[in-house]
Amino acid sequence: MLYREAGQYKTSYAADMAVFPILQDRIGLVVILFIAFVVLPLVGNEFLLNAVLIPFLIFSLAAIGLNLLTGYAGLLSLGTGAFMGVGAYACLKLTTTLPQVDIVVWILVSGFFSAAVGVLFGLPSLRIKGFYLAVATLAAQFFLEWCFIRVPWLFNYSVSGAIEVPLRTFMGIPITGPTATPLTRYLVVLSIVTVMTWFASNLVHGRIGRMWMAVRDMDLAAELIGIRLLRTKLLAFAVSSFYCGVAGAMLVFLWYGGAEADVFAVDQSFLVLFMIIIGGLGTLIGSFFGAALIYILPIALRAIPAAFGLPIRPATAEQMTFVIVGILIVAFLVLEPNGLARLWQIGKQKLRIWPFPY
Amino acid sequence: MDILHKIFIEPFLQMGTAPDLLVQTLWDGLVSGVLYSLIALGFVLIFKASGVFNFAQGIMVVFAALTLVGLHEHGVPAFVALGLTVLVMFALAFGVERLMLRPLVNQSSIILFMATFGLTYLLIGLGQLVFGGDPKVMIAKDLYLPSGAIEYKGLGGFVSLQKIDIAAVIIASLMVAVLAVFFQRTRIGRALRAVADSHQAALSVGISLEQIWVIVWFAAGIVALTTGIMWGARSEVSFSLQIIALKALPVLILGGFTSIPGAIVGGLIIGIGEKLGEFYWGPLLGGGIESWLAYVIALGFLIFRPQGLFGEKLIERI
Amino acid sequence: MRAPSSHELAVGEVLLAVEDVSLSFGGVRALSEVSFNIRKGEIRAIIGPNGAGKTSMLNVVNGFYQPQSGRIVFKGETRSQMRPYAAAQGGIARTFQNLALFRGMTTLDNIMAGRTLKMKRGFFWQLIRHGPALQEEIEHRRRVEEIIDFLEIASIRRTQVGRLPYGLQKRVELGRALAMEPDLLLLDEPMAGMNLEEKEDMSRFIIDVNQQYGTTIALIEHDIGVVMDLSDRVVVLDYGRRIADGTPDEVRRDKNVIRAYLGEPHGVSA
Repeated sequence: MLYREAGQYKTSYAADMAVFPILQDRIGLVVILFIAFVVLPLVGNEFLLNAVLIPFLIFSLAAIGLNLLTGYAGLLSLGTGAFMGVGAYACLKLTTTLPQVDIVVWILVSGFFSAAVGVLFGLPSLRIKGFYLAVATLAAQFFLEWCFIRVPWLFNYSVSGAIEVPLRTFMGIPITGPTATPLTRYLVVLSIVTVMTWFASNLVHGRIGRMWMAVRDMDLAAELIGIRLLRTKLLAFAVSSFYCGVAGAMLVFLWYGGAEADVFAVDQSFLVLFMIIIGGLGTLIGSFFGAALIYILPIALRAIPAAFGLPIRPATAEQMTFVIVGILIVAFLVLEPNGLARLWQIGKQKLRIWPFPY
Repeated sequence: MDILHKIFIEPFLQMGTAPDLLVQTLWDGLVSGVLYSLIALGFVLIFKASGVFNFAQGIMVVFAALTLVGLHEHGVPAFVALGLTVLVMFALAFGVERLMLRPLVNQSSIILFMATFGLTYLLIGLGQLVFGGDPKVMIAKDLYLPSGAIEYKGLGGFVSLQKIDIAAVIIASLMVAVLAVFFQRTRIGRALRAVADSHQAALSVGISLEQIWVIVWFAAGIVALTTGIMWGARSEVSFSLQIIALKALPVLILGGFTSIPGAIVGGLIIGIGEKLGEFYWGPLLGGGIESWLAYVIALGFLIFRPQGLFGEKLIERI
Repeated sequence: MRAPSSHELAVGEVLLAVEDVSLSFGGVRALSEVSFNIRKGEIRAIIGPNGAGKTSMLNVVNGFYQPQSGRIVFKGETRSQMRPYAAAQGGIARTFQNLALFRGMTTLDNIMAGRTLKMKRGFFWQLIRHGPALQEEIEHRRRVEEIIDFLEIASIRRTQVGRLPYGLQKRVELGRALAMEPDLLLLDEPMAGMNLEEKEDMSRFIIDVNQQYGTTIALIEHDIGVVMDLSDRVVVLDYGRRIADGTPDEVRRDKNVIRAYLGEPHGVSA
């Protein structure tokens, strides 16, 4: 009854091709943005912002990046962690070399470095497909991991081998470094993620999205309708790595405040891959769902014993989390292999006919 | 000019002037290559018969070894513990088939891959819960595995061959031979190959997919157990072992995902190539290149042969 | 509706010719020195028993397979090999025997994908979408809707093609090929698996495409009745060789063709 399209006629192609053609969806989007930009800053406490929302947004961005490459363009990549790392280290070098430039600018520029590396390691994709391509991206992942440890110039020769984030301000307000408040950092991250999500949405709804999906579904036929495979695949690597690079830079500069090289290890690559598969391959909203589930679920699981007052050692709780997450993943895949996005879609469809059964 | 000399001349000079080191490096490479092959073998078995890329193979190695040692710690005599562990691996295979493969039959391979990921998490957590997270010592002596080394003086120096390594090579070779014969000569082996080719066709001639899958996961479990024993005896049994499983990927690239001889050849190439590369060329780059060298080698091969050394050339029909 | 193309060629002149094309896969000879041409504006049928090399021939024209020897002359230009991109750019479009739709996309998206070559707005306009990129989308959407109307598939516009029945999938594939506004349309068994009614619909579409849009059509087909009714000229292949070339009537009476399809008479009156 609430979620009805009846009466919403489209009188132009423009209206029909809108990203959110249903009015209720548009209202919903405005509501979510309102909550994110206005309500949460007012009511959110430090823990919520710092430990939940900021990483959720950052991982969502990385998930979008990987989803563009793997979900839309069909190119399986296990190098996400390393591409995030390239962004982080690029940002560090940029801001140490030219500290007077706005850090937000540098965070975005570091994406380009990631993109360049992504394109380089994406070159084999012309000859190699499927799982084999994943192994090529693993080569990138391990090689870059090695660089992060063995090339001291990257982490400014710091003794610990870790990235140390300097204090940076934006219009007089500290954004990075120990004095930046969670609220400021949250708003910066939120703005960047919102804008970049908008860009990603525009891309996938237009010509480029179709080209990627064509290459994913049947690259031979795509070639025969005039799509240039190498350019399309490399563009996917470039855009995807850009997103991952920015996410990596934000991870270090706007969340952790510092990082060791193992933050960008292969585990991270698998984690993000996980997110997009559970969330829904080839959907943007799935990236958000997946990030939410994979990131927040373990936190919630760990909090449960405490909430119930059960005395469990933290190590045991950790291990049980592993077990439960493992079971949930298999169970979830059995239930809905197309991910949370599909469940969401089905839910919306049922809502359209509610309260009627069909 | 100097750089070229360092890359293309010096390492070979080093090889020539100290042949004992060369042989030692080659031997070490051979041993690690054999162990990589074993892990790759587990992957190949499962992939051949169910089309699933079993990410959990690595943790199965750890889990099997842990179970063996853990049982022994609780007072179970060595060979009884071995037998019980075999039963546990069977139960695992059965459980995986029933609860994971059957509900997910016909799903895309990436879904199945992710499911094995879930299995990995499960086994990590379970292993740690039941047996504790500390590294353990493999019960090599109780299994009558040899220790000590054979030292060979000659070639201008001496070469040391660990007896356990020799045992590993022999046992692994035996295992591969047995599996190869099993696949080629027996009825079940033929059924396995049929299933690897086409699930539907196999079903239509009356092969029970479920039985085959249990058998194959069980075989992979046995391979994992053997690997775990061997590898554990050489170092220790810890969860870091499961990262080694990722090394099997370049092996599979070289050898093809469905070829048993390929897994062996691939493993040897990667093992030896890695050790040689690290020892003779590693210092040029600051060391530690073992972490990615195998992948780059595999990548190099892939550029020239996108289907791997032993894989079947894909003729795409449209 | 169609922009004028290949204006150097008049109707009736040779649009595409293959000369002495030979193609082998390993030891298998798919095509042996095959030569024939296709004239602008005609419907040319390629027929022959199974395994004769018909699809391989189309694949060579498309640039999907590269022949070991021979030449391809297209719009006056001679080359020894065609590349898929060059074929697409030159105005060659194609449907496939076993369907090559983008299964994860809707009908609309599939046909819009066929407009890719004609969409020019670059990456940065795509990033912001609103503005020139959207305008371009709308303009091409209009053209695509015309094709959708023409093929009578409006009701399945937003259905994921993987869920459509076989006959409708074939229509969508034709739509995608038409969206390229091709000069030469290659149809590989467009009627396969269809019942009589569907065949009549598809025949009607093919004739309309040829007559309304002036598109030259090369068509592989097994249904001899369709071939005789639709085509202007026919070339017959058998075991990779051309065994006949002419009008439908000429070909129907050709002894080589009869032998290829029916075999030699064994003392029983034919």
